[in-house]
Amino acid sequence: MISPEMRLQIAEIVTQYHFEQTELLAVLSAVQKKWRFISADMIAVIAEEMDLPVVHVEGTASFYHFFSTQHAGKYTVYINQSATAEMAGLKEIIYAFESELGITIGDNSSDNQIGLRTTSCIGMADQEPAILINGTVFTSITPSRVSELVAGMKSNSLVRDLVRIPLEAQKCYPTLHTEVRNNIRLKGPVFFCDYIPGIALKKAMELGSLDVIEWIKKSGLRGRGGAGFPTGQKWASCLASESDQRFVICNGDEGEPGTFKDRVLLTELPEMIFEGMTLAGYSVEAKEGILYLRAEYSYLREHLEVLLESMRSRHLLGRRILGTRFSFDIRIKEGAGAYICGEESALIESAEGKRGQPRNRPPFPVTSGYLRRPTVVNNPETLGCALRIILNGPEWFRSLGTPASAGVKLLSIAGDCRMPGIYEIEWGKTIREILDLCGADRTLAVQIGGPSGTCISEKEFDRRICYSDLSTGGAFTVFSRDRDLLSIVHNYMKFFRDESCGFCVPCRAGNVLLVKALEKIMSGNGTLTDLDKIQELGIMVKKTSRCGLGQTSPHPLLSTLNSFSEIYRDIVRKDVDYLSQFNLESAVEDS
Amino acid sequence: MSTEMGRKWIVATTSLAGCFGCHMSLLDIDEKIFELVKIVEFNKSPFDDTKEFSMECDIGLVEGGCCNSDNVRVLRLFRKHCKILISVGQCAITGGLPAMRNGIPVKELFQESYCNNLTLANSLIPNDEELPLLLDRIYPCHEVVQVDGFLPGCPPRADLLWEALNLLIAGKSLGKISMKNVKYD
Ligand SMILES: Cc1cc2nc3c(=O)[nH]c(=O)nc-3n(C[C@H](O)[C@H](O)[C@H](O)COP(=O)(O)O)c2cc1C
Ligand code: SF4
Repeated sequence: MISPEMRLQIAEIVTQYHFEQTELLAVLSAVQKKWRFISADMIAVIAEEMDLPVVHVEGTASFYHFFSTQHAGKYTVYINQSATAEMAGLKEIIYAFESELGITIGDNSSDNQIGLRTTSCIGMADQEPAILINGTVFTSITPSRVSELVAGMKSNSLVRDLVRIPLEAQKCYPTLHTEVRNNIRLKGPVFFCDYIPGIALKKAMELGSLDVIEWIKKSGLRGRGGAGFPTGQKWASCLASESDQRFVICNGDEGEPGTFKDRVLLTELPEMIFEGMTLAGYSVEAKEGILYLRAEYSYLREHLEVLLESMRSRHLLGRRILGTRFSFDIRIKEGAGAYICGEESALIESAEGKRGQPRNRPPFPVTSGYLRRPTVVNNPETLGCALRIILNGPEWFRSLGTPASAGVKLLSIAGDCRMPGIYEIEWGKTIREILDLCGADRTLAVQIGGPSGTCISEKEFDRRICYSDLSTGGAFTVFSRDRDLLSIVHNYMKFFRDESCGFCVPCRAGNVLLVKALEKIMSGNGTLTDLDKIQELGIMVKKTSRCGLGQTSPHPLLSTLNSFSEIYRDIVRKDVDYLSQFNLESAVEDS
Repeated sequence: MSTEMGRKWIVATTSLAGCFGCHMSLLDIDEKIFELVKIVEFNKSPFDDTKEFSMECDIGLVEGGCCNSDNVRVLRLFRKHCKILISVGQCAITGGLPAMRNGIPVKELFQESYCNNLTLANSLIPNDEELPLLLDRIYPCHEVVQVDGFLPGCPPRADLLWEALNLLIAGKSLGKISMKNVKYD
């Protein structure tokens, strides 16, 4: 049973969030942070205090990876198991943690001091292996660093004091206390060049909202979050939807394994992104903006809040912006560990304090989004491009890239190359050119756009990064000839299996079956028929799933079955048509 | 209707870890049953109570998945003696309702059924050599032997079974099954 004191403390947390039902995630995060778990009793108290049905609170609490019903340890270590982490020595790191602590992944040390868990990609593909300890990121981990961290945790150090900040970073960001590096390798004319806050917004207000939207349309700007929807059209539809209230949401969920450019934008150029949001708000007549920040990036929170406050004091945000009648403010909402919350309708559900399950579409967010009001959801990079378009004009933007893919793209390059990091390139570059830029040789394959994208082989290295050929949200992961491609595919398929929101059967069950089928192939017990079956099942999952996650989840398998069919053909048995993995002796062992 | 080979098609049927619902569904074809006996002859089937295979069969219809060693034995016999083997119904295809026990250790299952059960006079875990051994979980048929086709449903409706038999006898693929018979909402 719950103590009166704990009840009081929970009530206090709820009060801090003004009993707002949309703040349920923040309340749950605060409870998890304080007590290290959220029990059924605590859920009942939260429900009572917030005047919500218990099942609603339970549903939300059970959906997110970073909430747990069991004690997660005073220090919770989340080891990210992305493919790039595996390539950088994840196994050794897990082994180091397990042997230092004498426990296995999923367990706590006997005194509940330290809990060991795994999690999906945390957006640090260029500095793996990376882990989170109580929300703080540690990068480029080595086994000896593991010993240090464990010693620190055992002696009750503040997590903050365990961080080792690179010297150059200390000077740049007084509000940031992190060892994450930005690795900006190639600067370009849109993002990594001169930016003076306020000028674009002033210009936009002189143009008027209709002309701003016209400029964005003329520029040919398309969404940079992956789907590539024309931005001007999105804003115009939102403005055209009748409503008393509209919202602008910046999608800072960045969950696609291998991408990290939004993290760098939010570190280096957050003001540009916030001004871009304000500009969007001005165009669609919204008064409120929300930055949905993935929990993995919560170390940026203070850095961003301080900046928002400074922007308010400079009249770039808040009431009567730049002395006009336009008011707009931005607040930050944090996720709690769920890739699906990058999907815009799931993100909106999550921002409303619910399970991050996608909605049926239509209606689209531009007509019925946050709180069922017209809402623009954009990727940070899209908002930054929009701002630069207002500064330099749509023709200028169009002159970059190719006729059908205007402007620049930020690539998050990682994997087997000498210079992993962020590259601002014009659309239309070939894969070969990019591999040269980042110092990759002996390349076997490149994964474009993360697991939900395409895996291509050397034969296709003359293809181009653009919407009509290889479209991408920005992840560009390089695998050298020494890599075992199937284990990478396996990693990606497990990612989708684990991140499916579970709403529809093809995605929930299909991805489990696809992982099993792949494991059968990898064990050497697969047949050619099994390969055909994978193809069939993969296509079925794609065709019958409800949202973008399920519709792309079989891609790692389908795309390598296409580009690297010989790898599969080499390890399957060709002498038989069917091979059972069933073993009667072991199946009846316990009987 | 006559068969391609000018003789009746030989059909074997069995229920493994199933409830005989799929068999009942086949009987549910009503008057078409007269049609049925004109074109097929049953061998090794509860329909005519033949316990063993006495000849090679054209089609084997299997209801239920494998929950014990005898299910595995029978299923393997079916594979051996049937040219075309079909998983019929949810239990054969996915394990179905019996698969609710998957994930629970066999020892706990015995304990719960034969020791903790309140209606038992004395607790005793059956241990006769004659009894088949329980498998660690329910296996769908295609994980144990190669299966050539699947007829979904719980049970598959009579029209589906009837259509599928007719397609097979006409030498056609089950992919041709009409939507109305496999559409469930
Ligand atoms: C499973 C899934 C995950 C997604 N993750 C992200 C993400 O992390 N960031 C993002 O900007 N868009 C993501 N998207 C795309 C969004 O739904 C949406 O299209 C995008 O945020 C719109 O912004 P844009 O037009 O500026 O690209 C995701 C989509 C799906 C289906
Ligand atoms: S496709 Fe997957 S992630 Fe999308 S709604 Fe269905 S179960 Fe959820």
